[in-house]
Amino acid sequence: MALESVTSLSPSVGKSPRFWRPRKLTPYLFFLPFGLVFLLFFIVPIFYAIYESLFRSQRSGLGLGAPTVNFNGLSNYLQVIHDPDFFAGVGRVLLFGIVQVPIMLGLALLLALLLDSTVVRFKPFFRLAFFIPYAIPGIIAALLWDYLYDPGLSPIVKGVSALGLGTPDFLGANAVLWSIANIVTWAWTGYNMLIIFAALQAIPTELYESARLDGASGWRIAWYIKIPLVAPALILTCIFSIIGTLQLFNEPQVLSVISNNISTSYTPNQYAYYTAFGNNNYYYGATIAVVLALVTCVLSFGFLRVTRRQAGV
Amino acid sequence: MSQQTASVPIPTAQELVTARQRPRRFNLESIPAMALLVLFTIYFLVPYFWLIVSSTKNAGDLFGTFGFWFAPNFNLFSNLQQLFTYQDGVFVRWLLNTLLYAGVGAAVGTWLSSMAGYALAKYVFRGRDLLFSLVLGALLIPTTALALPLYLMFSAVGLTNTYWAVLLPSLVSPFGVYLSRIFAAAGVPDELLEAARVDGANEFRTYTIALHLMIPALVTIFLFQFVTIWNNYFLPLVMLSDEKLFPVTVGLETWNVTTAGSSKFLYGLIITGALISTIPLLAGCVVLQRFWRGGLGAGSVKG
Repeated sequence: MALESVTSLSPSVGKSPRFWRPRKLTPYLFFLPFGLVFLLFFIVPIFYAIYESLFRSQRSGLGLGAPTVNFNGLSNYLQVIHDPDFFAGVGRVLLFGIVQVPIMLGLALLLALLLDSTVVRFKPFFRLAFFIPYAIPGIIAALLWDYLYDPGLSPIVKGVSALGLGTPDFLGANAVLWSIANIVTWAWTGYNMLIIFAALQAIPTELYESARLDGASGWRIAWYIKIPLVAPALILTCIFSIIGTLQLFNEPQVLSVISNNISTSYTPNQYAYYTAFGNNNYYYGATIAVVLALVTCVLSFGFLRVTRRQAGV
Repeated sequence: MSQQTASVPIPTAQELVTARQRPRRFNLESIPAMALLVLFTIYFLVPYFWLIVSSTKNAGDLFGTFGFWFAPNFNLFSNLQQLFTYQDGVFVRWLLNTLLYAGVGAAVGTWLSSMAGYALAKYVFRGRDLLFSLVLGALLIPTTALALPLYLMFSAVGLTNTYWAVLLPSLVSPFGVYLSRIFAAAGVPDELLEAARVDGANEFRTYTIALHLMIPALVTIFLFQFVTIWNNYFLPLVMLSDEKLFPVTVGLETWNVTTAGSSKFLYGLIITGALISTIPLLAGCVVLQRFWRGGLGAGSVKG
């Protein structure tokens, strides 16, 4: 490898061996600053959450006096496994993901292919227009749509009912999940499109120029040449989407202000948050967070394994 | 992901040239494609258009006039004036806080990532693969899962409800390390580093030479991290209780919760504040668009 030649050519190697050899330490020193914050604010919290999840806080019979903290073994995990609220939340975000992620990524792929094709004009304009939602903070996007769903404020609700088509209820028990899906799709399609588009742009045109000369249509080129070549980008966006879906928090949190159909355990992340900070039950909250992270890792890693084998990526 | 190699960013100039060479003739095939693109442009832009329109309305018009068009009274400036003076100008403070969190966090974070990525790409050392696997694995860990234990750790040392509580965790960007490793491996030739060493440059000086070649990549990493921190809501929500320390996201949502439909006055402020809070990122994206594209391509194409 080329890297080895770098180290062997280095001037310090030829000199007399010293006890402290700076060249050996150099890469570690370069990695150290990041490594330190990574350790402190990434690795340690993971283990700390696991540690916390093994305890529970108990108050004495009357709830007076300071609560005592007891080692609880894996009981918190048993409780999570049997917790209907947790499972309802996980089920909800899984349903959400199964519907929303394919729609969003399909749309992103379609738009990216269109922008990459030869038949479209004003490309920089469209690229920017699609990207604008990503530049809007997620919580602001949620607020924005919150107002577009709010019957008192929304021009959409008012417009539809003015046309005599009834009053759409974006915040109803069944509708609200898909109202959230719309916010997420709106906010993230452009970002995913840009990743796929960048991958498309990186494909050498010679790869499909001959196919085009042979008379292959744009769609055939897209299907047989372009899409297989951007499969890694699709997998990347899919994994980020799976992680994002399971962590759903901002949008339901904002909509819960105006909708009665979003409980404090609507998504697993909200459940962990309210358990920890609403009920001051940090230990059970930490357990939920750990289980959720595990589910996320298993799903995203599993997805990676399966698609890698399939696509030979 | 580790098997993917970097693609060299495509220069925009070249793209522009090919675009110009393309025949500009009417194409029947392009009608459905263009129609689809226009349709989705409307979908993506209309909510933002509503935000712009609404920020020019007073509280009465906000509820009383058609949402997708301007009211006869133009109130943008009085809205702005109210926004910037409400509660002793706390919104200005939120903006400055956000700028501090995102600016400092992304600048320092990018620097740390660049050194770590450079080390992983350009040195052979014991534990290198392990460290890189850790960084890659960290991409799969949802950062929201870390917020709760971080809160407990920070409260144990009395750091919750301080600037540090948001700044310190924001410095960590495994994605930044991943990107800078890819860029260092692809964009910095070994021969250059060797030449620098032969000329007597020490290792740190050699790194700064490599850094110059990595500037487009660093801009990308910086922007990624800047946007992530700017948009972050969960971590500051968990960490902060003093509204003087809030970033814009937490501040506006706090207003939204307190008004909960009761105060029409606050709606106008939230909408105007939301519009203001989108401007810095939009401006940044437009200005640095070509850097963005170059960076995003890395790692997403089979090499």
